[in-house]
Amino acid sequence: MTTALALSPAAALDFVPGAPPPATLRADIWRGIAAENPVLVQMLGMCPTMAVTNVLANGIAMGVATTFVLVGSGLFVSLLRKYIAHEVRITSYILIIATFVTLADLLLAASFPEISKALGPFIPLIVANCLLLGRAEAFAAKVGPVRAVADGMGMGIGFTLSLAAMSAIRELLGRGSLLGFDILGPHWEPWVFMVLPAGGFFTLGLLLITAAWIDELRRRRRALEAK
Amino acid sequence: MSGHAHHGPPSAPSAVAVTPPATAKAPEVSSWKLLATLAIGGAAAGLLVVAVYKATLPTIEQYAAAKEATAVREVLKAPARWDTLYLQKGVLTKSPTSGEDRKGLPKAYLGFDADGKKLGAAVTAQEPGFQEEVLLMIGFEPSSGTLIGFKVLAEKETPGLGDKIERDTSFVSQFAGRIAPLKGVKTRNATDPSQVQTITGATISSRAVIRIINHAVERWQPLLAAYEKGRTK
Repeated sequence: MTTALALSPAAALDFVPGAPPPATLRADIWRGIAAENPVLVQMLGMCPTMAVTNVLANGIAMGVATTFVLVGSGLFVSLLRKYIAHEVRITSYILIIATFVTLADLLLAASFPEISKALGPFIPLIVANCLLLGRAEAFAAKVGPVRAVADGMGMGIGFTLSLAAMSAIRELLGRGSLLGFDILGPHWEPWVFMVLPAGGFFTLGLLLITAAWIDELRRRRRALEAK
Repeated sequence: MSGHAHHGPPSAPSAVAVTPPATAKAPEVSSWKLLATLAIGGAAAGLLVVAVYKATLPTIEQYAAAKEATAVREVLKAPARWDTLYLQKGVLTKSPTSGEDRKGLPKAYLGFDADGKKLGAAVTAQEPGFQEEVLLMIGFEPSSGTLIGFKVLAEKETPGLGDKIERDTSFVSQFAGRIAPLKGVKTRNATDPSQVQTITGATISSRAVIRIINHAVERWQPLLAAYEKGRTK
């Protein structure tokens, strides 16, 4: 009965259950930015998305810190994937993620103290962002380090761009400024609503609708071209 | 599903054939191996964190000290120099007895102008605002309770409303020359030196600032007076 299902010894060695299909590095990076954008498509990491996007600087800093953790933890999860026993993998991933989160927190406090103060507990809370554990378990643990880093970069850039878009809209309408520089002038009456939590939900809703709409338009165009 | 170390060895093709690897039962891994994985991982992570902590600590402390100095300069209207006093066992002292962590002691900054004339004292105080604790640095003349100025060091008040206690310059600047205990009013009577005009839309935050200042002056006045008395003796 060593026929259809039997794998050659070499194939069995390389086989990782649930491994992502092979793809080019470019595709690995682009996946996180567009097709599987963490915020707009996967809807992961909603807590920081809501909490820190009231001004653009905070949104970008949170995105960059998360990217740092995604890339660092992806690399180490991938490098150590053959040494971490299945039974303790979640604990090990969290340990790796928590280490990079602590590093990000310290480095941010030493280099951008004002932003570090404004983000407060939300940097340490990256450790609880399901995006991190999600990518470790679903991707980094099943591929080589180069692909894991590419995926982390892509997801990080996608996360940062979404947060930047959210926070740019909220800061512009809610404070009339961007990165602290007055844009809309003294006659602009700030929509305080936009910097409050309700404005976050409102902005996210608008962004999700826009992303879905663009997606739909592209799908229709592709269907037309196929005809 | 990390790797394949726990899957059946590839040298047993018949077992692989009956059950595909995806559902293969992983052989028992010894508890010692799991323990070793986590212990080594934890130790490596700990070392890395401590190394970066040690490396970044001077910069972070430097920044905190610079920030403190800026705040003292601001609330005492640019003193030429200042003494840092530590509150130890209920008494203010310039040099706390060793053995206790200086950083943990409450502090007062006594500011002097270029001629050595005393300008006033700066202290920090923290109490609940509208949402979370508001941390202020307050500069005042201790004997009369006359305020020199204050600065918000930390607040999480409503953006655009409550945070005006930090951004609204007409609110912040009116405290100079007022005499504690202060009273918050909607429209100020210009002749009453204890009245402070609260911000429309940020009444609770404004009142919190006034309450924090009153409590701080009340708390530090006798301590600073006792320190002066002890020094002139």
